[in-house]
Amino acid sequence: MGEPNHLRRVVLLWLIASAIATPLVVVLLGPNMPPGNLSSEASGQVFDNTVMLGLVTPVVLFILVYFAYVMIVFRARDGEALEGPAVRGHAGAQIWWMVTTSAIVLFLAAFGTYELFKDGSGGGQGPNPIADPPGKALQVQVIAEQWEFTYRFPTYGGVETPHLELPVGQLVEFHVTSLDVTHSFWAYELGVKADANQGVDNIVYVTPKRTGPFSIRCSELCGLWHGYMFDTGRVVSPSAFASWIQQQQATFAPITAKLPPYARTYFPKPQRRGG
Amino acid sequence: VSTFAKKMLGITLAVVAVGVVIGLYVSVYLTRSPQAIAASTSASGTQLTLATVPAAGSSDANPDWVSFFALAPNPNGHWIHTTTYRVPAHSLIHVTIYNYDSASGLRNPFLAQAQGTVGGTFVLDGKPTQAINPDDASHMFAIPQLDVVVPLLGVPTSAKNPCAAAPCSLSEDHETISFTFRTGGPGRFRWQCFVPCAAGWIFGTGGPMQTIGYMDGILEVV
Repeated sequence: MGEPNHLRRVVLLWLIASAIATPLVVVLLGPNMPPGNLSSEASGQVFDNTVMLGLVTPVVLFILVYFAYVMIVFRARDGEALEGPAVRGHAGAQIWWMVTTSAIVLFLAAFGTYELFKDGSGGGQGPNPIADPPGKALQVQVIAEQWEFTYRFPTYGGVETPHLELPVGQLVEFHVTSLDVTHSFWAYELGVKADANQGVDNIVYVTPKRTGPFSIRCSELCGLWHGYMFDTGRVVSPSAFASWIQQQQATFAPITAKLPPYARTYFPKPQRRGG
Repeated sequence: VSTFAKKMLGITLAVVAVGVVIGLYVSVYLTRSPQAIAASTSASGTQLTLATVPAAGSSDANPDWVSFFALAPNPNGHWIHTTTYRVPAHSLIHVTIYNYDSASGLRNPFLAQAQGTVGGTFVLDGKPTQAINPDDASHMFAIPQLDVVVPLLGVPTSAKNPCAAAPCSLSEDHETISFTFRTGGPGRFRWQCFVPCAAGWIFGTGGPMQTIGYMDGILEVV
């Protein structure tokens, strides 16, 4: 009796497992991928993560199926002390390996580049963004310092606020900067993450599409209280936002008059004691 | 005794020894916290009295570091070098701070306005105040998680009788800042100074600004 075609068996098992598992994983796990659907950019990241999940499932399954097959079929029986056949190069397998892995990597490179160029994917794009979504954006400046984020609204008299609220359905243009060391503005459920560097205006776009809270954290180790540099923002209705920003303007009117004119970056004058 | 039994005994002893070392590390070092001082409570409410000094003084491990001190809550209270304060939950906390230091100026001028205090104000040398000139800020008492921000005005450079280092006395030039805030439920909240006041340290935010016990601390709400 001749040796069965092991490769054919493994491929057949892998195809069957992939055909069953991949749709299940994509349909059941995909919608639960981070970071949720609070903004268009977050939804885009959920889609990207689902694509990645759909790609990685057959790859992982191939490894598992191959491993299981080898463990079962090629396991030495009791009393057997036989050498297996010599392993030799296999040009066909090598070509398939190179073609398949190259195709996956090139596809991911093209897919990732397209997704980034489409809307910025919620990432900081520096002072001259390539992905510039159409529409009038609400400008919000994120000012980081050790160890708190504050927010400035240039179209509302330059008022600065200790917390962040955003109107639903409105394109928002964040300008992220720092007054001291490097921080990173991470609004998790919004799918926004942008480095905050002193003297740099890091622009990131986001369009909230649902109302609700979102967590804000610093994601760049920035000193003693880095772990405490967090807050909770809220996406609210346009009318609630109008009411909130009006209240902020009234509350902080005394200090707004003493703030420097709105600018993309700030270079606090040399401190008398610091430095 | 078989070789296997010897090996097992060796492994067991090694595991026990490592466990003891880890236990000692956790119990002796990791769970150690700075000395906490409780605010004094009377019929008029809870009072926390603090002082900021330009230097911790010769008895401190870092004698030239700027620092907060707290007044011990008893009739013969003396100043204690700690920045861990214990206050009751769901209470009004009256805070008085004697600032003996000169101004450094705020990096973010926005924080020169009081936030989170009763009435949104504080009392500066007897006068109700909402905000100070950001350049005149010497230090700050801020509890970001409780939205409390109070800027501390610096002693003028023209002061005739400034205090150079702790212990400072009320006969020396100082600014008196008092305010009241309300605590919520129990918890541990960090507080910090936002003024880059660490003289001699890079950008003024190193050294005492990065060390609990000087310009940072913990508010234990119990």
